[in-house]
Amino acid sequence: MAGAAIPLSEASNGSTLRISGIEVQGVLRRRLLDLGFVVGNAVEVLRRSPLGDPIAFRVSNTTIALRREESSLIYGEPVGGEGI
Amino acid sequence: MSRYTVAFAGNPNTGKSTLFNLLTGLRQHTGNWAGKTVTTAEGEFTHNQHVYRAVDLPGTYSLYSNSADEEAARDYIIFEQPDVTLVVLDATSLERNLNLALQVLEITGRAVVCINLIDEARKLGIDINLKAIAEQLGVPVVAISARNQIGIGELLDQLERVATGAFTGKPLKITYSAEIEQGIAELLPLVEQTVGSHYPARWIALRLLDGDSSLLSSLKAHLETGTSPVPKEVARHGVPACH
Repeated sequence: MAGAAIPLSEASNGSTLRISGIEVQGVLRRRLLDLGFVVGNAVEVLRRSPLGDPIAFRVSNTTIALRREESSLIYGEPVGGEGI
Repeated sequence: MSRYTVAFAGNPNTGKSTLFNLLTGLRQHTGNWAGKTVTTAEGEFTHNQHVYRAVDLPGTYSLYSNSADEEAARDYIIFEQPDVTLVVLDATSLERNLNLALQVLEITGRAVVCINLIDEARKLGIDINLKAIAEQLGVPVVAISARNQIGIGELLDQLERVATGAFTGKPLKITYSAEIEQGIAELLPLVEQTVGSHYPARWIALRLLDGDSSLLSSLKAHLETGTSPVPKEVARHGVPACH
């Protein structure tokens, strides 16, 4: 049931995506990789802040919040979850 | 009787400080917030008549200097060259944790990998094949629970094997793409000529290719003075670090 890749920032709460690409560059890219935002890894969208940004993600068994600047540059294919 | 230095490296929240306190009997504060270990703590423990100086490095996800913590941990391993680097991993989140283990193994083979929270992992139904991980990484791998004191004897035995040189690790060597390997091959002689054989030249070449200016300035300071740069201590009382 994998669909076309969308930015993580566009995924709905509760959905799970498989990361297909990371457009972030430089030190921050390294940081995201260290935290588990690796191509092929699954990410669950947990919840959003009241204003919609940042968004909390579950990756490698840890909760990480990302701002839209980053999450809009990480792409994933929806693979399931209640939000789809 | 000999004296050895053991550096404790690991991601935040892996129970690294709990293990450190258990072994050294210190009451260095442990707690569940980010960037807690801002300076390196030191203690001592004895095993089979060998005395070990234990150094608790800041908890980091990486040694690629995104922060002062990572710089401190990296500089310690590179410049102080502990007899053993103990990499503490969280058994319930091995995938991310192994990232740091790999980075340490690229620097030094004098390492022991310690998979902590093994009791938690078993509760979650996670089964870990220690033998397979040890074979792949090329260094001893031990499963422990610092909190419930499981596997500590075995851990100390493996630390001793690496510290005394009874065991010589053949750490996993990562082969990169042809382009990167060529870059390393070109840089390697220059790096060896500049920093000498005392430092992990291949790793430094890799970091140079990555444009790691923080490592470069640390190296420069170290080569000029012959000592580590003054640790960048950051006062972070209650201020959450970005992890």
